[in-house]
Amino acid sequence: MSAKAQSLLWIAQRASAALLALCVIVHLVTIIYAVQGGLSAAEIFGRTRGNVAWFVFYSIFVLGVAVHAPIGLRSVFIEWLGWRGKSRDGVLLVFSVTLLAMGMRAVLALFA
Amino acid sequence: MSTLAVEVWRGGAQGAFQSFEVPRHPSQTVLDVVTYIQRSLDATLAYRFACRVGMCGSCAMSVNGVPRWTCRTHVDKVARENKLVIAPLRNLPVIRDLVTDMRGFFDKWARAKGSFAGTKTRRDDFARVAPDSADRRKADAGIECIGCGVCYSACDVVAWNPEYLGPAALNRAWTLVKDERDAATIERLRAVAGDAGCHACHTHMSCTERCPMGLSPTAAISGLKRAVLGSVLKGEL
Repeated sequence: MSAKAQSLLWIAQRASAALLALCVIVHLVTIIYAVQGGLSAAEIFGRTRGNVAWFVFYSIFVLGVAVHAPIGLRSVFIEWLGWRGKSRDGVLLVFSVTLLAMGMRAVLALFA
Repeated sequence: MSTLAVEVWRGGAQGAFQSFEVPRHPSQTVLDVVTYIQRSLDATLAYRFACRVGMCGSCAMSVNGVPRWTCRTHVDKVARENKLVIAPLRNLPVIRDLVTDMRGFFDKWARAKGSFAGTKTRRDDFARVAPDSADRRKADAGIECIGCGVCYSACDVVAWNPEYLGPAALNRAWTLVKDERDAATIERLRAVAGDAGCHACHTHMSCTERCPMGLSPTAAISGLKRAVLGSVLKGEL
């Protein structure tokens, strides 16, 4: 992988980290707000079903996770396992797509 | 006379610690201890030193688990319960006893494009660099490195990722990136970007904590990350 591609991965990880920091804060504040006086599935659905703003927010959240986590694992694989090369990057791509698919499945279930 | 219990690494990659009793003296340095052992107790002990005054950097060793210049380390400061454990620097192959093979360390300086690439000849006039310019100040902050290997030995990322160029080579690259006379910035940034370069740093700051010159390779590495980011955004890398 070229120096430029590796640098782009680093930039993507830093940018997604900044995004996730905001997303996590909004997510936690929402949880604390939402559990006042008990929490039910119906209450959550009432807030998220058909709400485009929450759909966009959690889609961005999922995208951030799918970008951030595999790039971090890349370094973990280098440092803990000495695992480099295409096999590692292939596995991480599958991991990223899996995170994206599972995350978006949950987001869509809350929206639709 | 009180004595000091000293454990000294003997052998190469495989080896064991050997125990010595060394007389204590006021203002005794760790290098004094090693020299006493070699001159009075066991002449076969291999170790390196040259200047004895903190200028050459050749006497760096691990003292009670911490990389240090032994010539500038007083026993009083580091001995715990009158005991010292002296080993070769971590992250470098051991040649024998306290002597490490520094070739890999300096090869990484070359890989980080750590040599100056000027454009002028001896027939040109001197380059005039304003001493208080921002770039000059940043270069100044890292330029006093003497290549002792203490930071490299202190760095956990080097231990985990042997390809990693390490704090000293990256610090050198940064001083050249900030040298306005140098003409190889993009090649250098390409050489120091990525998994084996500045982006591998975890900002543990062990290098900065241990540097006997008081430099901050961590700051240099952060500077390289910013410089790489800038050159990627400009489409130069």
